Amino acid sequence: MIDSPGPLTDLTAAEAKRALDSGEVSATDLTEAYLERIEQFDDDLGVYLHVMRETALAQAAAADRRLAAGDASPLTGIPVALKDVLCTIDAPTTAGSRILEGFRSPYDATVVKRLREQGAVFLGKANTDEFAMGSSNENSAFKPVRNPWSTDRVPGGSSGGPAAAVAAGLAVVSLGSDTGGSIRQPAGFCGVVGLKPTYGRVSRLGLMAFASSLDQIGPFSRSVEDAAITLQAIAGHDPQDSTSSREAVPDYRAALSGDISGMKIGIAQEYSVEGMEPGVAAAVDRAIERLRSLGAELVRVNLPHTEYALPTYYITAPAEASANLARYDGVKYGLAIEAATLRETYERTRGEGFGPEVKRRIMLGTYALSSGYYDAYYVKAQKVRTLIKRDFDEAWSKVDAIVAPTSPTVAFPLGARTDDPYQMYLADVFTIPANMAGIPGVAIPCGFSEGLPVSLQILGSPFAEATILRIADAYERSETWSARRPRLELAVASSES
Amino acid sequence: MRLTREEVEYVAALARLGLSEAEITRLQDQLSSILEHIAAIDKLDTEAIPPTAQVISVTNVMRPDVVTNSLPREAVLENAPRQSEGFFEVHAILGTSVEDASS
Repeated sequence: MIDSPGPLTDLTAAEAKRALDSGEVSATDLTEAYLERIEQFDDDLGVYLHVMRETALAQAAAADRRLAAGDASPLTGIPVALKDVLCTIDAPTTAGSRILEGFRSPYDATVVKRLREQGAVFLGKANTDEFAMGSSNENSAFKPVRNPWSTDRVPGGSSGGPAAAVAAGLAVVSLGSDTGGSIRQPAGFCGVVGLKPTYGRVSRLGLMAFASSLDQIGPFSRSVEDAAITLQAIAGHDPQDSTSSREAVPDYRAALSGDISGMKIGIAQEYSVEGMEPGVAAAVDRAIERLRSLGAELVRVNLPHTEYALPTYYITAPAEASANLARYDGVKYGLAIEAATLRETYERTRGEGFGPEVKRRIMLGTYALSSGYYDAYYVKAQKVRTLIKRDFDEAWSKVDAIVAPTSPTVAFPLGARTDDPYQMYLADVFTIPANMAGIPGVAIPCGFSEGLPVSLQILGSPFAEATILRIADAYERSETWSARRPRLELAVASSES
Repeated sequence: MRLTREEVEYVAALARLGLSEAEITRLQDQLSSILEHIAAIDKLDTEAIPPTAQVISVTNVMRPDVVTNSLPREAVLENAPRQSEGFFEVHAILGTSVEDASS
């Protein structure tokens, strides 16, 4: 039975699953509805870099056979978008970069493999800032993504495509990656649920590496329940990723009891910063008040090193990126601009293949790691990272979770921050600390300001995904924000007029 | 702290990144500005603080020294701009000039 009588492309994964199981809808119907909607709207939105039509229809047919045989998993027949930093054998993987145009991965990312095994349907590869470096998706070498709520605004980044896909009904759920907020910040800007799991919870094999000690894959969805379902499908140890954890994977959906009475939720004054929009602060305050009325106990916590997270990140992440991106050299794959010497081939290939933000970060990281500066920058940042992590460790002795805004602002206009790199970096000021500490965080819709979504971030201790999802779900049940959908018809009409 | 043009060129050379004159000029400004913001961490006393390179407790993950399946060679070479006899092919790095030999 379908709970809501709306169009197929409004269903959550859990709702679609019920419709598929009852035979009311086939996976092929569902997939065709999504492919049609992509054709209708994606020229305007720029969500997909590559639509996997043939794969999707074949997967849908296979899903229908599995459903008929009574052998379906929670994601069997569910249309999914994959951020284009996740390797797929049957579609190009570009990382939003010219340097990987035409690249075909010889293997699937582990998360991709797991979704295939579940019988999910891959609609396509979703747009991203080049190598996941950015906060607005404007660093994609191919095209920008537009925010479905207002097409003159950015969707956030770097997972702008996966976030906008779920918000616009161009995918039921999607996978993104979060190195400094690249799942939570765009989820916030697009008004959907975005979950960054604990570092090590999900295998990174086949995720094109940006900053290996920070990167983590996670889901976007239109409900907290869908986030739980998708995390369940991708979490767990992978022998091919030594940093993936052997910690047991709990039943995330079972944790969604709706009951948060007696839970201790921390509020940190360090997350009230200058430049925070009043509309954002008001919506977040109301959400926190709601958590209290649902029975949670609010507790003040101190995270005194929060202000140092951003500068620490902009040493650590570029340093790791400068090493990781050394592999793009015009020899093994991707763009190759042949020159007289090997060294010139490297320099010209990389000079022409990488965009401005990627070059900036490679330069910054190389500088921070270079002889004479290594201690002052890289080692210093690692020490500050210890302080940031200790702040959180101390907080977990007092509270079950910490709540904060996901971003200090709503989605900003395209082009508004492209001239000043540091202004762009500030868009991630509230999301970066979780990556530095390796902890999980979920962003959920908590209201609107200026007609644009506002997002609440719930942070938890390592491997406490079930706890933060329970809080997020309890809040979601008490509100109607997640049921709101952007009206795309208007966006199309206005662009045609 | 302001980077000199020579420093930007030196770092670009370390990173094997070919940059235009205009890019060097722009990066000189932008990197200098970003480094100024980053300098905020200098005021923290971290003398007695151990560094954190990664946040998980796992160290030195071992596996049995057993040969397992890996990707087929052809699949790995398929994306290579140039290949020869089952190997990636690159330009000679020795013998063309003194500078190349030292690079």
